[in-house]
Amino acid sequence: MNYEFHWNVVFQKMPELLQGAFVTLHVSVLSMVLGIVIAVFLAIAKMNNKPPFNYMASTWIEIARNTPALFQIYMAYFGLGAFGIHLSPYMAVLCALVFINAGYLAETFRGGFQSIPDAQYNASKSLGMTNFQTYRYIILPQMFRRIYHPMTNQFVWAILMSSLGILVGMNELSGETQRFQSLSFRTLEFFMVTAVLYYIITKFVLLSAALISKRLFRGEI
Amino acid sequence: MGGLFTPLSWNDTGFILTGIMNTILISGVSIFIGTALGVMVGFARAESNKVVNFCLGSVLDVLRSVPLIIQLILFSTFMGVMGSPLPPFVAGTIVLSLYTMAFMGEVFRGGFESVQNSMIVASRSLGMTYWQTIRYVRFPIGLRSVFPAWLGVALSVIKDSALVSVIGFMELLRTSEQLISRTQQPLEILIGVGIFYFLISYPLSLYGRRVERKNAA
Repeated sequence: MNYEFHWNVVFQKMPELLQGAFVTLHVSVLSMVLGIVIAVFLAIAKMNNKPPFNYMASTWIEIARNTPALFQIYMAYFGLGAFGIHLSPYMAVLCALVFINAGYLAETFRGGFQSIPDAQYNASKSLGMTNFQTYRYIILPQMFRRIYHPMTNQFVWAILMSSLGILVGMNELSGETQRFQSLSFRTLEFFMVTAVLYYIITKFVLLSAALISKRLFRGEI
Repeated sequence: MGGLFTPLSWNDTGFILTGIMNTILISGVSIFIGTALGVMVGFARAESNKVVNFCLGSVLDVLRSVPLIIQLILFSTFMGVMGSPLPPFVAGTIVLSLYTMAFMGEVFRGGFESVQNSMIVASRSLGMTYWQTIRYVRFPIGLRSVFPAWLGVALSVIKDSALVSVIGFMELLRTSEQLISRTQQPLEILIGVGIFYFLISYPLSLYGRRVERKNAA
């Protein structure tokens, strides 16, 4: 092995890489927030069994869950061009991630909701609680505890999958790395540092999620 | 006029079929190797002490917390720099198998840990040796219960195999990408690709859900 590592090139570009890491976090957080909002509607539509809407929700969920993320991103970036819609790389990755997150989270929400027995709903009704109170104090808190962990996983997944922005020239962490390595030809060094940065980001997210859950669910099983 | 861009024709069928075969090949091989390694790793984690577990766990953790696309680029450049560049199929299979192993390991670990200790004690007291216990009790019971989870990971590997295109392996998405740059018909080709993945993934995921329901009942 006669390869000489040149780390200086990488450390000079560290501010730009961190900027890229910020874009990565940015796009994943946004995709989660929008994904959660849409997922709530999808889950409700699917559970309601009203003909046009439940089929639409099922179609969305199944397409999101059964096709590759890379395909979704290509679809948003190249495919929508056929309809005259030209998205920027950032928007294309965001749209694809929102689409997939919504599909996966809708199933998570549905599972969480159905895991709470009907008996609890009836019991709180017979105690004289209103519909709003039942959901506010009985159903939703329990549901939230059950979907908290899958939601964290989905967030980590979104961070990792935003790295596909490299293929459409987005300026997130991987895309920036790709740009700098093509300028300096220090491919190995740049991608090693990027791998470490991704590891740190995901660990940081998982650790904060664990700390938050400890506080939120204190004293509960 | 024989322009630069020519529309999609029947002559492209062979090209697309090659892509499809390559996608099936690399995901099949990676799932097979990844499952075999995953069973070993899962068993090792269920069986060993805290220190070994921690070391093994952190290696798997790295594989799960770095994006697959970065792992692929890193590994193939690394081998190139070391003076022994690997063909895309080999490099892709190695990375995808290890990635699969990292997820399968956790799945199987859960399966092995779900086998009750009393069952192991009972089989040992019936005079079974350590290996017989593994062969006839722990493996069959532990492996059967995780089938739906295994299928879920396998399906995600089929979908993730699309990423191997970045190191130059001619799987389905890369062939379609090349067809798109020639024909300039992105929508038709991409929808075709999407339908292919959907037709593989959807029936299997339905089957997995049915087994899961049956197991729960």
